[in-house]
Amino acid sequence: MAGKTINPTRMELTRLKGRLKTAVRGHKLLKDKRDEMMKQFLDVVRRNRELRRKVEEGLQRAGASLSLAAAVMGPEMLEQSLLCPKARVSLDVDFRNIMSVNVPEYAFHTEAQQGDLYPYGFAQTSGELDAALDDISAVFQDMLELAQVEKTMQLLAQEIEKTRRRVNALEYVVIPEAQRNIRYISMKLDENERGNTTRLMKVKDMVLQDAHRYST
Amino acid sequence: MTMYKIAVIGERESVLGFRALGLDVRFAADGEQARQTLHRLAQEDYAVIYLTESFSAACEAEIAKYKDVAVPAIILIPGRGGSLGVAEAALQSAVERAVGADIS
Repeated sequence: MAGKTINPTRMELTRLKGRLKTAVRGHKLLKDKRDEMMKQFLDVVRRNRELRRKVEEGLQRAGASLSLAAAVMGPEMLEQSLLCPKARVSLDVDFRNIMSVNVPEYAFHTEAQQGDLYPYGFAQTSGELDAALDDISAVFQDMLELAQVEKTMQLLAQEIEKTRRRVNALEYVVIPEAQRNIRYISMKLDENERGNTTRLMKVKDMVLQDAHRYST
Repeated sequence: MTMYKIAVIGERESVLGFRALGLDVRFAADGEQARQTLHRLAQEDYAVIYLTESFSAACEAEIAKYKDVAVPAIILIPGRGGSLGVAEAALQSAVERAVGADIS
C-alpha cells in the first residue's frame, strides 16, 4: 500500500468510493477549465503579438519625428515646450472575469483643458513637433490596449499553470491511489468472507462429528 | 472606483514625448535608478507602468513580483533604439508557462 495503512472496513470502502467519485468529477471539470482557458489564452497571445508589432512601429515613427523636431528646434527648446502638459490622463480599471481569473480592463480619460493637446504656443516651435505629438497620441491607444492584453496574458498563464498542476495531480496521484485502495479493501473483505465461510464449514463438520459420529 | 494613473519610465529621449499626453513621465539614467523609480511607483496608484526595454534586465525582480497581480501592469516598450526582443521573450516564456512546453 502506498505509505500509510488503511483499514479494510466497509465504512472506509464507502468513504473511498465517495472520494474517488469526487476526484473524477473534479478532474473532468478542471480539465474542461484548462482547455477553455488555453483556447482563450492562445487568442490573447495572438492579439498581443499583433498589438506589440503595431506599438513598436508606432513608437519608432513617433521617435523619429520627435528627433526630427529636436533637430529643428534644439533639444532645450523641445524640452521646454513639453514641460507643462495641457492634458491629464486618468485611468478607470474594471475587472472582467475569464474562467475565474480577474483580468483588468482599462478605460482612460483625457482631461484636456482646451481641444488640442499641444501644450505650447506655435510661435517658437516647429511643425515637426506637432506631427510627433500626433504620432504619439495615435500610438497611445494601442499601447493601452497592449497593456490590457499583456496583463490578461500573464494572469491567464498563471492560472493555467495552476490548473494544469491540479489536473495532473488528480489524474496521476489522487485517482490511481483511490482506485488502488478500493481494490485493496474489497479484496481484503472478500478474503475475510471466504475465510469465514470455510471456518463455518469446518465448524459444521466438527459439530456433526460430535453429534452423530458421522463423518463426510 | 479609484482613478488610477499611468506612468512611463525610460531614457529621457525615449519617453519625453509622452509627457504631452499627460502621462507621468520619469526619467532614468541607469538601471538602478529605473529600478528604484519602478519600485516606488508600483506601490502608488499606478495601474499601468510602461518601462523601456533597455532597463528590463535591471528591473527583472520587480517585474516578476508584479507579474501575477492585477494592478499594476508593467509593460515593456521599445526605447529609442527600437525593439530589443525582450518583450517577445517575455511573451514566449508566458506561453511556455501555460502550455508546459516550448511550442514554437
